[in-house]
Amino acid sequence: MDLTGIIACGAYVPRFRMGPETEGWTGSAERAVANFDEDSVTMAVAAGLDCIKDRNRQAIDGLIFASTTVPYAEKQGAAIIAAALDLRQDIFTADITDVLRAGTSGLRSALDSVAAGTARQVLVVAADSRQGAPRSETERNSGDGAAAFLVGTDDVFAEFAGFHTITDNMLDNWRSSGDPFIRSWEDRFATEEGLERIIPEAVAGFLDKYTLNIQDIDKVALYGPDARRHTRLARRLGINADQIQDPLFGSLGNTGAAFPLMLLVAALESAEPNQLLLTVSYGDGSDVLAFRTNSSLNGADTGAGGMGGHLESRAAITSYETYAKWREVWLTDDAARRPAPSSPSVSALWREANKNLRFYAGRCDACGYVQYPPQRVCVNCQAMDESSSVRLSDKAGEVFTYSMDYIAGAVDTPLVVSVVDFEGGGRVICMMTDRELEEVKVGMPVSMSFRKLRVVNGIHNYYWKAIPRRFAALESEQVGG
Amino acid sequence: MNGIRDRVAIIGMGCTKFGERWDASAADLMVEAAYEAYADAGIESSDVQAAWLGTVSSFRTGQPLAEALKLDYIPITRVENACATATDAFRNASYAVAAGIYDIVLAVGVEKLKDSGFSGLAVPEAPGSDVTPPTPPPSQFAMAATRYFHQYGIPYEDGKRTLAQIAAKNHHNGTLNSRAHFQQEIGVDQVVNAPMIAWPLGLFDCCGVSDGAAAAIITTPEIARSFRQDYVLVKALALSVGAFGAIRSDWDFTHFPETVRASQSAFQEAGISSPREELDMAMVHDCFTITELIIYEDLGLSQRGRASEDVASGSFTLEGELPVNTDGGLKCFGHPIGASGIRMIYEVYKQLQGKADARQLRKADLGLTHNLGGRPGSFTCSVAIFGAAE
Repeated sequence: MDLTGIIACGAYVPRFRMGPETEGWTGSAERAVANFDEDSVTMAVAAGLDCIKDRNRQAIDGLIFASTTVPYAEKQGAAIIAAALDLRQDIFTADITDVLRAGTSGLRSALDSVAAGTARQVLVVAADSRQGAPRSETERNSGDGAAAFLVGTDDVFAEFAGFHTITDNMLDNWRSSGDPFIRSWEDRFATEEGLERIIPEAVAGFLDKYTLNIQDIDKVALYGPDARRHTRLARRLGINADQIQDPLFGSLGNTGAAFPLMLLVAALESAEPNQLLLTVSYGDGSDVLAFRTNSSLNGADTGAGGMGGHLESRAAITSYETYAKWREVWLTDDAARRPAPSSPSVSALWREANKNLRFYAGRCDACGYVQYPPQRVCVNCQAMDESSSVRLSDKAGEVFTYSMDYIAGAVDTPLVVSVVDFEGGGRVICMMTDRELEEVKVGMPVSMSFRKLRVVNGIHNYYWKAIPRRFAALESEQVGG
Repeated sequence: MNGIRDRVAIIGMGCTKFGERWDASAADLMVEAAYEAYADAGIESSDVQAAWLGTVSSFRTGQPLAEALKLDYIPITRVENACATATDAFRNASYAVAAGIYDIVLAVGVEKLKDSGFSGLAVPEAPGSDVTPPTPPPSQFAMAATRYFHQYGIPYEDGKRTLAQIAAKNHHNGTLNSRAHFQQEIGVDQVVNAPMIAWPLGLFDCCGVSDGAAAAIITTPEIARSFRQDYVLVKALALSVGAFGAIRSDWDFTHFPETVRASQSAFQEAGISSPREELDMAMVHDCFTITELIIYEDLGLSQRGRASEDVASGSFTLEGELPVNTDGGLKCFGHPIGASGIRMIYEVYKQLQGKADARQLRKADLGLTHNLGGRPGSFTCSVAIFGAAE
């Protein structure tokens, strides 16, 4: 049988960070903060794009989305992500939710599918944006982010080298439907009977199963709720400093279900061939997954930006108040008494899925003119119903003109509305997000990013926005559908 | 094609005070405008054989006009065509007279915007996927300003001052008009330093939101002569509707083809070959200062990219070579959408009759009105031209 393992990986860390430069922030370290228009679905899409880059998306047979913060209680997140990533429709999709262990569980399920031969390639995207109460320890130590792994059998650079799982029903952190924030039991109980008992049991079980010593492991991507407990846990496991993957508590924060996978991406970015890597998660038990890098590691696909690139590409939030408004824990009065938005029409959303989610423009078969939204009658030559789809979401864009609207009622006033022209043709008028005002200029290079526009009538309405380009643009001519 | 030139005439007009008319309903405004027009024409309500009601959001049908004016079971049609609504109601009414169907008709434009509680423009939209960016009009036109400055290499400060001069000019004209919403002078520095609405457009670069109504009585030139000597002739009525939106990536955002097309068509219909020389006045759609700047070029009054020079030399002031927005424009009247077009016609009508009070131009025989509805890249544009009675 072919080797099963990782053939590509990627990550996503929001551009914005809360830290010492943020007025009113009481945490000592920096943490990543999702923008107001980001959630687990949008971050999963971003990590997915970082991972698959210009690969053939048609080859992907399955998508697993792992998160404790899925947008819908009923309605799949993976289906939204699969559409935004422009994957095929005849694929397997699933959400794995409700537990911090969801990321590793998703990765293991994907590896199992590939090993069983039910799928050739499966994409796993794990993302979280967990909300602690304002000023709580959870808020201070959490971070927002996502990781993505493409698993398969061809061109594997990190082979699946074993696993061990413990399931242990444990109420140490929980959040019921309708709870705005995560609840926890007494810290000492949670640490002693939860984290510091369960993870060592799982790791010991793994080592026992494969007759290994902890010294045989080259790097451990280890979950931990905060820097202090992460250090204690590593010590308890007998892991040396050079074996532990930097948990990034000074720059990222605990990204929940995505955390061990993001650390695994970081570990792979600096790994050498023929090393044994563990990723260890926590939540109602623990998953331990092992990977052995091989000679394909050099030059392997670890993301367009990956962990390193994303961590480097950062901007500070100016004040805690901004963050509190983004998370809607600080409610503001709309002094303009703007009319309340009405529900988006679900039938219109359905009809426009290729345009809105897959972000297809039309290219006229008769004259070649690229037009967005796709038109029945060509805007250039009036040919009727002679058009092919062109995906714009991964095309390089440039700002043709823009405005900065102080009265549109946006969370990030002023709202930057930009006219973006794409390489290869096509023009889109869209919002710009993740921007600092000084950088907005005619001619600035932008990329497209999948974002949540608003939630009305319980409908999470997603669409693409322009962002200042963080990494080199991709070249891709492939179109799915 | 015969065209409309000299085939219909205006014999009476009315225009309410525009502004925050907390005292008046849309029906009250229509009564005010229509009865002024009746009195001006010297007709009775019962002389009106058909009517057209222009409104964007105040009413859905023509019926409220019948109810307000107690019209006698006559045909009434509601017209809605964005910011060109009133002019298009006027256009349809004119065509019915030119076709010989009716002798005397009424066109009314009205909008009651100030009951929404929202200080911006609240226009309901049909259900949709709601993914297009929220771009209120200031944001749309700001994109044109950004690109205009960029394309012609105009430094931000210079561009802002040019736009501010347009606002100051229109505000000055508004001080001479008791029907205007705003009747105070503003200085160029005040405009430049005003709070930002949609960068680069500040508060005084934007027209206001107001309530108002205006009305016109239209008939044939033959009948007009039996009413008055100073009737006003319709010389052209053109409408151009943009078909391509901002989809085309080769569109420059610094000219509006709808204005170019509508004005070319109107000039041809009116027999005008050099508008800057032949026109005595123009009432244009100054929803934003940048709009008026671009309109100068689109109408052929200024050369491409050089309208700033005409602004600097005062070409379009009351004393200038071709006065523009002599009544204060949308800038001072605000923009009750369904009323604005006929409000503009009202100013041309009064100027051509020599009844424009302190604003009266020395020579006023040929005037133009222009409305631009929609957004840059996808406009509905009306251009109308009027001439004094022979």
